[in-house]
Order: sequence, then structure tokens, then C-alpha cells
Amino acid sequence: MTITLSHLLILSGILFTIGLVGAVTRKNIIMILLSLEILLNAANLAFVAFSRALGDIHGQMMVFFVMIVAAAEVTVGLAIAVVLVRQGGTINADEIRGMKG
Amino acid sequence: MIQPIFFIILASLSIAGALGVILARNPVYAVLSLVVTLFALSGIFILLQAFFVAMILVLIYAGAILVLFLFVVMLLDIAPETLSRTKGSTLRFVGTLVGLLFFCELVIAVGCFVLHQTPPSPPLSGTTAEIGKLLFTTYALPFELASLLLFVGIIGAVVLAKKKR
Repeated sequence: MTITLSHLLILSGILFTIGLVGAVTRKNIIMILLSLEILLNAANLAFVAFSRALGDIHGQMMVFFVMIVAAAEVTVGLAIAVVLVRQGGTINADEIRGMKG
Repeated sequence: MIQPIFFIILASLSIAGALGVILARNPVYAVLSLVVTLFALSGIFILLQAFFVAMILVLIYAGAILVLFLFVVMLLDIAPETLSRTKGSTLRFVGTLVGLLFFCELVIAVGCFVLHQTPPSPPLSGTTAEIGKLLFTTYALPFELASLLLFVGIIGAVVLAKKKR
């Protein structure tokens, strides 16, 4: 048995599904952000798998940029979580109502 | 060959870590589970000869982003998730159902795709030299824009987290 593209895509799909279920079912904002990280990394795995299967290195460049976007997203998301705790004292996604800063 | 054995071990590790992230009550444990997932994924990237990506996955994700997560979790002192007023079990059931349906669709899509798979081409290795060459020629403009994006992210975080007078 060798590692084929479909093995990698199935693994990527499993990870993506786990991240999706986590993002939908968890209520803590920090946990939702963590689930988003799983989603992004499942996409990264698919990029690298296709890069390997097609012999094209541009897929790996895409992973690099996905990581940069993830870093920026986490920075702003965690800052928003800090502000939410400071203002309302909760990071439960069900109890957050106000939108004005 | 020893590669498939490594792949199976790393794949199960990454899935177990991801399950740990979404099942853990305590956010600190969830972050540490994500570290396990990232290390396993990094190993898979090395198996696929994407060395540079594997390296920055450990350095940037596990080293920087997840440490930031840990800092914020400890700074906010979050209690393990309290039960919400909405029905938690209903949400969990529906969410899992949607996830399973989505996974079935993905499997069907992969199954259809494999039938028209292109023949395997010569293997490539994503070393730092190869990636760096592309990064400073073809991808020079996106690279600069990415640095701008990070700069905007930093400013946004500072503005948001600054104490109001």
C-alpha cells in the first residue's frame, strides 16, 4: 500500500468535518476559534496533497499564505474575545448581543 | 515500505487530537490537543516532502499562534464551559448530523474525483530554497501584501485591546 491522493483527501475531510462540528456545537468563542484552526489546517493538508499529486509547488505556497491569514485572524479574534470579557464578562456566543463597541 | 505505517500512526494521532479539541471542557486541554494535531500534520507534510511547510507549521502555528491562545485563555481565566440556557443536546445532535452529512458529501466527491485522476508526475520536494525562490519572484507582491495584512492585524489588536480612558 502506498499513500495516495484519496487517502490524504479522506484524512483532510475527516479533520474538516471534526472542525466544522466543533465550530457549530461549541459555545465558547475561544473554542470556536480553535475549531477554525482545525478547518484551516484540513484545507492546508488538501493543498499539500494536491501539490504532491500534481507535482506543482504552488500548492505549498498557498499553505504559506493560509497560515499568514490564520495568524492575522487569530490576533484580531482573540483581541475581540478580550474586549468581550472586559465589557460583558462573558465569551459565551449565546449571550453576546451588543454590537456597538 | 515503512511510509504507510507512519502515515497511519500520524493520521490517527491527528484525528485523536482534533477530537480532543472539540470534546475538551477545559480550553487549556483543547489548545494542547491542537498542538498534538499540528505536530502529527507536520509529520504527514514531511512524508509528502513538503519540508518548508512542515517546519513553519511547527514554528508559527505550534510556536506562536497556539502560545497566543494559551496566553489569552490563561489571561481571561475561563471556567470550563458552563451549560447554556439553550438546549445543548439538541444543538450537539443537529451539529453532528450536519457534519456527518457534509462528510458523506466529501467522500462522494473524492470518490468521483479519483476516477479521473491524472497520472502521477515526477515527485517534487518543497525545500526552503525552492519555496524561497518562488516567494521572491512570482509571489513577491502577495508576500508584501501579506506583511501589510499582518501589520493591519497588529494595529487592530492593539486598538481593540487598549483600555478606554
